[in-house]
Amino acid sequence: MYQTTYHRASSVDEAASLFGKGSEAKYLSGGQTLLPVMKQRLASPSDVIDLAKIKELIGVEAAGDTLTIKAATPHYDVATSAAAKQAIPALAYLASLIGDPAVRYRGTIGGSLANNDPAADYPAATLALGATIKTNKRTIGADDYFKGLFTTALEDGEIITAVSFPVPAKAGYAKFPHPASRFALTGVFVAKTKSGDVRVAVTGASQSGVMRVAALENALKANWSASAVDSVSIPSSGLLSDLHGSSDYRANLIKVMAGRAVTAAG
Amino acid sequence: MSTVKLTVNGKAVSVDVEDRTLLSNLLRDNLNLTGTHVGCDTSQCGACVVHIDGRAVKSCTVLAGQANGSSITTIEGLAKGDELHPMQAAFRDNHGLQCGFCTPGMIMSAVDIVHRYGGQLDEATVRHELEGNICRCTGYHNIVKAVLDAAGRMKVSQAAE
Repeated sequence: MYQTTYHRASSVDEAASLFGKGSEAKYLSGGQTLLPVMKQRLASPSDVIDLAKIKELIGVEAAGDTLTIKAATPHYDVATSAAAKQAIPALAYLASLIGDPAVRYRGTIGGSLANNDPAADYPAATLALGATIKTNKRTIGADDYFKGLFTTALEDGEIITAVSFPVPAKAGYAKFPHPASRFALTGVFVAKTKSGDVRVAVTGASQSGVMRVAALENALKANWSASAVDSVSIPSSGLLSDLHGSSDYRANLIKVMAGRAVTAAG
Repeated sequence: MSTVKLTVNGKAVSVDVEDRTLLSNLLRDNLNLTGTHVGCDTSQCGACVVHIDGRAVKSCTVLAGQANGSSITTIEGLAKGDELHPMQAAFRDNHGLQCGFCTPGMIMSAVDIVHRYGGQLDEATVRHELEGNICRCTGYHNIVKAVLDAAGRMKVSQAAE
C-alpha cells in the first residue's frame, strides 16, 4: 500500500470538509473493497476519510411504509435487524449473503452503493425496490442513480447518508454466488409494490452493471408466479461473458434466479 | 505517523505507526503477536481474523487507525494461562489442523460463530459460516467437527459460570 493520511470524521460535515482539503481524498466506510484495492496499489488516495464511526450514519429505522438504512450500517446489522426482517425480509436476507461473515461485520450499504460493483448485491435491491438514496446534498431516485460499471450519479465529494426503501407487498432475492468470492454470478431481486407494480433488477450479469428487465416485469405483472418467467426470452447480448460463465449461461441464470426469487417472495 | 491506542488481549497499548499500517501488521510487527497470520494479499483467506470489540474481522483489511480506541482479542488472548480455550482444545482433540497456518483465523472465526449461534449449531451452519476462512490443506472435515465439539463445551462452560 502506498502512503496515505488517515482521518476519522465525527460528523458528515467534517468528513466533507476533510475531503475538500485532500488532493485525492477517498471516503472509507467498511473498507472491504477500498483497502484490498489499496493493498494491490490499484488505488492510492492521498487521504482516507473514515465515515464508519459517524453516529448519524448508523442505524436501521422503520417508519410507516419506509425502511431507512443509514449509510454506515454494516451488512451484519442489517441482516440481523428486527426492523429490517419485519419490514423487508428479502433485504435482510440479501445482506446475509454478502461476502462472508467477517466482511459483513465491516462492509456497509453506503460503501456498496457508492462503489457500485457490477456484481454487488445491494444495487439489485435498491433498484428493484425503487429506493431513494439520500446524500449530504440531495436525494436521488434509484432509477437515476446507477450509471454503469462502478459509476453512479454521486458527485465528487458527495456522501451517501441513508437509503430509504419503500416497503413492498412482496419481495424476494435469489443469487447464484461465485463459489470463491461470493459476489453474484447472477442475482435477481423481484418486488411487487403495494400499488401492484412489479420491478425486477439483475446484478452480476450485465456489462453495464445492475439493470431492470422489462420482459420479466411484464410477465410477473400479468402472473406473479415462478412459472411466468418460463416463457420469457432473455437475450444474451450485453451480458458479461468471462471464465466464470458465458453470456448465454448468464441469460439462463437470470430466468432461473428470477423464478427462485418469486418463489422466495411467495 | 499516528498514535494508535488499543486494548489488546486485555492490555492497554499505544503504538506509533504509519497511517497505511494494517491492523495485522501492527499486531505482528509492533506487538510481536505473530499468531495472527497473513495468508493472502486479497482479503479472502481469513488467516488474519481477530476480534475487534467482539466481532471477528479480517485484520489485514482494517487500518490500524480504524481500530483506534477498540478492544482487540487475538489468538494469543484466548487461553487462560496454560488452560486452552475450549475451541483450541477441541481443535487439538479432533485433529482440526494439518499444517496449522489457517488455524488461528479458523479458531477466532469459530469462537464468534459459537457466540452468535449458541447451542443452535449444526454441520451445515458451521460450513456456511466458515466460508471466509480457507484451509489450503483442505482439512475442513475435522475443523467442522472441532467447532461442533467446542460449541457443546462452550455451552457447558457458560452454564457453569
